[in-house]
Amino acid sequence: MRYILKKIGIFVLTIFAISILVFLAFQIIPGDPTTRMLGTQATPEKIAALRAQLGLDRPVLVRYFDWLGNFLRGNYGESYSYNMPVHELLSGKLRITASLTLLSFLMVLLISFPLGILLARFAHSWFDRVMMVLNQIVMSIPSFFTGILFTYVFGLILKFFTPTNFVEYADDHAGFWAYLVFPALSIALPKAAMVIKLLRGSMVRELSEDYVRTAYSRGNSRWQVLKGHVMRNAMVPVVTFLAVTLVDIIAGSIIIEQVFNIPGMGRLLMTSINGRDLPVVQTIIMIIALVVITVNYIADISYKYIDPRIRFR
Amino acid sequence: MRKTRKITALLLAVLMLTAALGGCTGGKSAETASPSASAAVSAAPVQGGELTVGIAQDLDDSIDPHKMVSAGTREVLFNVFEGLLKPDTAGEMQPAVASDCKINDTGDVFTFTLRDGVKFHNGNPVTTKDVIYSLKRAAGLDTGTPLINGFDEVKSVEAPDDKTVVVTLKKPDIEFKAMFTAAIIPDGNDPTKETIGTGPFKFASRSPQQNVVLEKFDGYWGTPAHVDKVTYKIIDNAETLVMSLKSGSVNLVAHLTSAQVKELGSDFTVVDGTMNLVQALYLNNKVAPFDNVKVRQALCYAIDRQNIMDMLSNGKGAAVGSSMYPNFKKYYRADLADVYKPDVEKAKSLLAEAGYPNGFTMDVTVPSNYQPHVDTAAVIAEQFKKIGVTVNIKNVDWGTWLSEVYSGRNYQSTVIGVDAASLTARAMLERFVSTSTSNFTNFSDPEYDKLYAEAAAATDEAKQVELYKQLEEILTKDAANVYIQDMCDYVAMGQGVQGYEFYPLYVMDMSKVYFTNKTAA
Repeated sequence: MRYILKKIGIFVLTIFAISILVFLAFQIIPGDPTTRMLGTQATPEKIAALRAQLGLDRPVLVRYFDWLGNFLRGNYGESYSYNMPVHELLSGKLRITASLTLLSFLMVLLISFPLGILLARFAHSWFDRVMMVLNQIVMSIPSFFTGILFTYVFGLILKFFTPTNFVEYADDHAGFWAYLVFPALSIALPKAAMVIKLLRGSMVRELSEDYVRTAYSRGNSRWQVLKGHVMRNAMVPVVTFLAVTLVDIIAGSIIIEQVFNIPGMGRLLMTSINGRDLPVVQTIIMIIALVVITVNYIADISYKYIDPRIRFR
Repeated sequence: MRKTRKITALLLAVLMLTAALGGCTGGKSAETASPSASAAVSAAPVQGGELTVGIAQDLDDSIDPHKMVSAGTREVLFNVFEGLLKPDTAGEMQPAVASDCKINDTGDVFTFTLRDGVKFHNGNPVTTKDVIYSLKRAAGLDTGTPLINGFDEVKSVEAPDDKTVVVTLKKPDIEFKAMFTAAIIPDGNDPTKETIGTGPFKFASRSPQQNVVLEKFDGYWGTPAHVDKVTYKIIDNAETLVMSLKSGSVNLVAHLTSAQVKELGSDFTVVDGTMNLVQALYLNNKVAPFDNVKVRQALCYAIDRQNIMDMLSNGKGAAVGSSMYPNFKKYYRADLADVYKPDVEKAKSLLAEAGYPNGFTMDVTVPSNYQPHVDTAAVIAEQFKKIGVTVNIKNVDWGTWLSEVYSGRNYQSTVIGVDAASLTARAMLERFVSTSTSNFTNFSDPEYDKLYAEAAAATDEAKQVELYKQLEEILTKDAANVYIQDMCDYVAMGQGVQGYEFYPLYVMDMSKVYFTNKTAA
């Protein structure tokens, strides 16, 4: 219980620190929302009027606490660029990015677990060797490159999908998921390759442990040993890595959204940073931070269930 | 294994949570109109069809026609909003919401007669009340801050009867006529909440970063549009833009580079015009060494415009020598483009006279989102090597460029294209008046200031044009900036799409574009 309380305390502090960093970052980098909104039509009078209208003429600390207070109350402000409430602007985008992340993560699991276990089972065979070389290659190709490759091969040559023809979930459920398949795969492939390598390595290491010999001597078959004994012990590093992977996938989706022209949160973040659309940027970064920290915490806590020998203090 | 499944379930639960955070449905519509490209049989316009246009930037400054500032927004909203007057493809002001415009002899009172039968997109007829509201709003008569720069010249807007609107200026200004292209919107309307104009297309919907949809307005007073619907798809990645043309998900894209056009192959109709802007290496005239006219002239002799155009756009584009572009025929002086011919020796001797016999190092700040300007800076850097000038290229994002270079004037030099917000010579030349707030190059010449004041106040058009031409010459002789070109503008259309026309302004008129056969439409 004390452990959980301590964790929650650190959680709150981390979020608080991030909120300060996010807020301060835009005080330091050049360019403020008004110069961007007024563009080359900016005049000192117009800038002053707009700054007053947006409340930017108040001191930094006042603005920070005002924003934080509103944020905690669920009021995320209004987008400067689109004249609409941030929550309205974000809800649709968040759904798209979450779907992409989810699909991609599922792909990582579906690809890496069967392959990783299979390779550990047949470790050091010719099959294992060929696969590990292939695995190494896939791991080293960045996802944006895979994305561009997929667009050319499956989009333009084979016409499996029409590049840039993204459809909203509300209009066409199947079409929505179908469009996300290749972007999700582009992100998933290198991550899956890493999980395969880790899972295989971790299992091979466990297989040489004494308890494995004991398990065999009890008359267990090879698969029984793998499933019942080795997997559980081999999972601890893998779960940590999966948590990191999930975070990586969120980051990867920001880039892949650009390549496949998916109007998700990542693309909105990029353009909002360029446009100095502060309410939008701050909200998105806070959401990402919350997700990242939560995922890591869940990974931490889940160790206990995988390996009861791990005790929290 | 049971435990493993639990972990997987746990992790999935986290993901579900992530998904649930974005729980609400984004009930926005996405356009799936993708006409199959087939060979154009005849070039005759077919009425109807849905056109999809690829644009590189979203309308993220403001969809308020009085507040919009970016050229990318202006070119889309040109189809939705109209002023009392409207420019034609020759750059002449044609009556639009007004059927007639009269200027008094002293050049300070404009009298408009409203056209009969002009309707807003909501079906209501345009009345003098709407016109007064719109013009007062643009001029900021009630708030004190004009929404459109230069509109604060308006002293009063009145309607003596229900068909006439009289606009009185604070001082004579015949050129102000071009400002009446300012959008007419319904009385009391906030365009960011409800986007209503009088143009050939009405604003149907938008989905941020995804699309903007316009629909043909059946009650339009003028020549109606050919197509029923125009969907602007926002595609900011240059690679993706070309791919979407090739895959047929987009029918028309403007502002392509020659490299992109090459990638397209032969299945497309590509037309080229110019962008109607002045691309130059703009110099901060206040900082050393650019405060020395000889240094500026040396740089003018050191660049080879044709070489830049060869490298960037297959030799297309129009070389310019001052802050005026060729399509602005009334004011353009072609002779100024030839004042500085590439001459390395002359450049070197001018540098020596200025006290830089061994050259110097300079910074060129370029906005990284405008590839043509970034590329131009690279070519210039190469050309300047010949005269011993080392160029240090600084890539910055657009927001930084605006605050550091444009408003802050905290830079040495920059490559950018300056366009005209309205079809007036002043839109190009006022920024070089020493006291102008838009004088980002810090150019200062008392003779220029004096002549400009004279030109702005002139009530005789011929005389005014002559004065503006003299101003252009001063900019050339003083080598205010290293003028390069009006850039080539390629527009690519998929098969079965035709009718694109260029304007001397940065706009895309969608009412003239049409499909040539039923299958394409």
